[in-house]
Amino acid sequence: MTAQFEPKIVAYVCNWCTYLGADLAGTNRLEYPPNVRILRLPCTGRIDFNLIVKAFEMGADAVLVSGCHPGDCHYTAGNYHARRRWMLFRRLLDTLGIETERVHFAWISAAEGKKWQQVIGEITEKTRQMGPYAAYQELSEAAK
Amino acid sequence: MDIGYYPGCALHGTSNDYEQSARACLEALGVGLKEVNDWICCGATAAHSINHRLSVALPARNLALAERDGFGEVLAPCPMCSMELLKASDLMKSDGKLRQEMGRIVELDFNGRTEVLNLIQAFQKVGLDSIKAAVKRPLEGLKAACYYGCLLTRPPETLRFDDCERPSSMEAVVAALGGSAVEWNYKTECCGAGMTLANTDIVLELSHKILTNAAAHGANCVVVACPMCHVNLDMKQADIEKRYGVRHGMTIYYLSDLVGRALGLSDEALGIDRHFVYGG
Amino acid sequence: MARIGVFTCWCGENIARTVDVEKVAAAVGELPGVRCSLNYKYMCSEPGQALIAEKIASEGLDAVVVASCSPHMHLRTFRKTAASAGVNPYRVEMANIREHCSWVHHDRDTATQKATDLIRMSVAKVLWDEPLEPIRVPVTRRALVVGGGVAGIQAALDIADAGYEVVLVEREPSIGGKMAGLSETFPTLDCSQCILTPRMVEVGQHPRIKLYTYSEVEQVEGYIGNFTITIRKKARYVDIKSCTGCGDCWNCCPIKRNPSEFDYGLGMRPAIYMPFPQAVPARPVIDKETCTRIKKGKGCGLCEKKCLTKSIHFDDQDALVTEQVGAVVVSTGFKLYSIGKEQEDGKTSGYGEYGYGKYKDVVTSLQFERLLSASGPTGGRVVRPSDGKEPKNVVFISCVGSRDDAKGLPYCSKICCMYTAKHAMLYKHKVHDGQAHVFYMDIRAGGKNYEEFVRRAIEQDGARYYRGRVSRIYEENGKLIVRGADTLAGAPVTVEADLVVLAAAMVPAPGVRDLARKLNVGYDEYGFLLESHPKLRPVETSAAGVFICGACQAPKDIPESVAQASAAASKALIMFGHAELTREPEVARIDEKNCAACFACIRTCPYHAIDRADVLTPRGVFVKRTARVNPGLCMGCGTCVAVCPSKSADLAGFTEQEIYAEVEALV
Repeated sequence: MTAQFEPKIVAYVCNWCTYLGADLAGTNRLEYPPNVRILRLPCTGRIDFNLIVKAFEMGADAVLVSGCHPGDCHYTAGNYHARRRWMLFRRLLDTLGIETERVHFAWISAAEGKKWQQVIGEITEKTRQMGPYAAYQELSEAAK
Repeated sequence: MDIGYYPGCALHGTSNDYEQSARACLEALGVGLKEVNDWICCGATAAHSINHRLSVALPARNLALAERDGFGEVLAPCPMCSMELLKASDLMKSDGKLRQEMGRIVELDFNGRTEVLNLIQAFQKVGLDSIKAAVKRPLEGLKAACYYGCLLTRPPETLRFDDCERPSSMEAVVAALGGSAVEWNYKTECCGAGMTLANTDIVLELSHKILTNAAAHGANCVVVACPMCHVNLDMKQADIEKRYGVRHGMTIYYLSDLVGRALGLSDEALGIDRHFVYGG
Repeated sequence: MARIGVFTCWCGENIARTVDVEKVAAAVGELPGVRCSLNYKYMCSEPGQALIAEKIASEGLDAVVVASCSPHMHLRTFRKTAASAGVNPYRVEMANIREHCSWVHHDRDTATQKATDLIRMSVAKVLWDEPLEPIRVPVTRRALVVGGGVAGIQAALDIADAGYEVVLVEREPSIGGKMAGLSETFPTLDCSQCILTPRMVEVGQHPRIKLYTYSEVEQVEGYIGNFTITIRKKARYVDIKSCTGCGDCWNCCPIKRNPSEFDYGLGMRPAIYMPFPQAVPARPVIDKETCTRIKKGKGCGLCEKKCLTKSIHFDDQDALVTEQVGAVVVSTGFKLYSIGKEQEDGKTSGYGEYGYGKYKDVVTSLQFERLLSASGPTGGRVVRPSDGKEPKNVVFISCVGSRDDAKGLPYCSKICCMYTAKHAMLYKHKVHDGQAHVFYMDIRAGGKNYEEFVRRAIEQDGARYYRGRVSRIYEENGKLIVRGADTLAGAPVTVEADLVVLAAAMVPAPGVRDLARKLNVGYDEYGFLLESHPKLRPVETSAAGVFICGACQAPKDIPESVAQASAAASKALIMFGHAELTREPEVARIDEKNCAACFACIRTCPYHAIDRADVLTPRGVFVKRTARVNPGLCMGCGTCVAVCPSKSADLAGFTEQEIYAEVEALV
């Protein structure tokens, strides 16, 4: 029996909103697929998008960046910076041939345990459909 | 110079004297009025109280027709007409989908290129200084109560004309004609509007209050720029007097009547002799 | 080589039920750098913590990873444990294998694998974690209070009574604010000045309060614990030290008729004037706009000649002084919204239909207070401004400007229902055969004894309340015709009034936005200053060390202003409780050798925590420009790290190296 492809999802989340939202999902025992690995950062503003590329390089099949809703950033504006950066970075990734559908952005607040569960579920399933991100590894090898 | 002219139902009907007056005085000022080809009713209260899309479609066609005729400006002397046209214009300018839908319904395109003017704005376009210079018979002794009624200045977001609570644009025209205007309290109070036949009692009461206040503040005439107001204050004055036992004897002038007179035109040319209350 | 201890918790059944903790502990024991790996039922308990401490000692550990619950629960706990056993608390990481693993996944194998992965990531990170020391910021234990109304007075007294110096800056020539001009206050009908002036005097005489009146904050530099404030002392033309307040000057001033600011234009004052009899300081000031001598440079000078103490100086100039403070309390208060046509901004519009400004007998609520006040322009007699006659019918209109989207202010001004009831009562107490008419939308009387107060106005003092708005006011035969609606009776109402009082909305005092920008405090679209959290942190702001209280934050009454003022004072006192502030060290830093001085970080930082600086040799020779983080202000968001093009900026606790190590250990 062939083993089902299990995607590897990396989630860069902000400490104040999404991390707590994921905690809430835990407290409420909301079940979701185990493929995601969370990296805790103080704010999505901290995320240099090299980190996203690094995740793919290390074998991630999808990356999620999630932080506070606009207007609610614990540090007032970090999430805005992250979003704006993403707007530019997306073009760059696209031009380089990297599949931007594998990079996801979400606003999940500390009260949205359910949303965390839904988002992870959706991303995991979607990535499963898309298959492993072998192309990145190939690109990266070719570049060497 | 010629500008577009949208008479609307009133000015070709019972308020034909208003059209006569407006045409005559504007011509004397060098402004020719060219009627919009094949115009239709603006919808007025009837349309907007029953069906929103109808109330936009009717003015939409008129605006599109004015554009097709190539008019940069169109004078709508009736404030109800000018308000409906402006309202529809604003709605279509801000909602592309609505504009397209209207274009389909009325079978003509609206591009927002025509400016809608009321009578006072028409005089402002000519220029109060030019009008003053053209005055042959200054209106000395005239103590006018300038009456704006409901629709000349409201709703303020749509009309963007004058101060909606304390307007003064008509007074400025009267002053340019050498007359004086009184300060009174009923400038923007309702005259009863379209209730003339449906609910005459209300019209009589409201119009009576207006005439009383004008007289109390020393006015010897009332000036209007609306055919409906004129009907209620002029045509209904006899009924008011009968009901309240008060002889108002107040002449109700259209603003164009005063401009025309000051320019030297005769009462007959301006249609003033067709008013119900006419002193001669 | 690192000596890491990994401690995997069972959390009773919570983790162990799903995750095979023994297998996990064994697996992570093999990771590079891990000296010991054990598992225990309750890591956060006393024996659990003792276990960690014991292993730190016996294995010589220099870093700790605890695999258990969320760091939001126990990171602090385990940091303390590590610190007390001699391991730097910032070389402690937690792997969340409960909320993020055992509680949300039910397949034992995948959950166990995920737990192992999460711990591996934490081990990789802790390898790179730097030992950090808390940041100590020295605190200047003095406070600045901006605004000398009742809130500012309360805050200043609280801080000064606690033993610290306060610099109180007030824009007007006297402190007291709006409360000094009120007649009586609800719900007690205390004489406003009687309860306020003793406090004003206390402020004026307090050994630890440095009072700057007729002054404004010009500039603010520095940061929490270390502010340098530049204050502009406006030219008063009177030396308040030598002046005795005898009054010879203002009694002889020939320019007698200037509209009095204190009486909101209802009374007159001379060009040299005492703001009001109970002013603190009780000294006059010269209005340079109307004084002949100051305007023309010559002539008059009667007051100078009359002054026996030679305290009048026409050559007075504005002066700038600096003060060092550690905390700032903003209490700039409010003003009434402009009812007439002229507005300060394009977003609000006036009520032309109420005739304010056109009819003399249409006044604002604050003007009515001056009519009621015993020391007011009419000696406390309620009379019409137009002809001085006693009004027999007074109409009070609520919500003028407030709760009105069409005029631009959707909020409720909170105090008007109460003071309108008060006005109706006080009017009746003075004019026994008078009738008060109140047009209202709702009655908001939520405070202690407030509802009872309003009922008294209606039941004992016969005020007539109409639930409806007023559409128009105009003058007819010397009376003001007020046309409104009585929606409960379902009929229009017309009142022939002798006097109309408009309860205008409360808006923030003018100039507050400029002050807020100087202090890096946010404000909303109306100019009200922003609190850190509307429920849990109502007097703090996003600027560390700056606190707000009173009506500058939102419309409120005197009891609330006083309570908030004490709250703001207590926040300042918390800061002053230690000579130094200790801050978490997870802040940004800049590698000055590498920094290209592009200053993208400075533009990005929401806390203005980064400055431009010069790098000098030890001898003081200029080397290069750089950006430099102020660890006293940085809040540790890391946005500067992400924008820095040369990667000179980094964030302690979440450094590039640490995060990359974590990612690399992921997969």
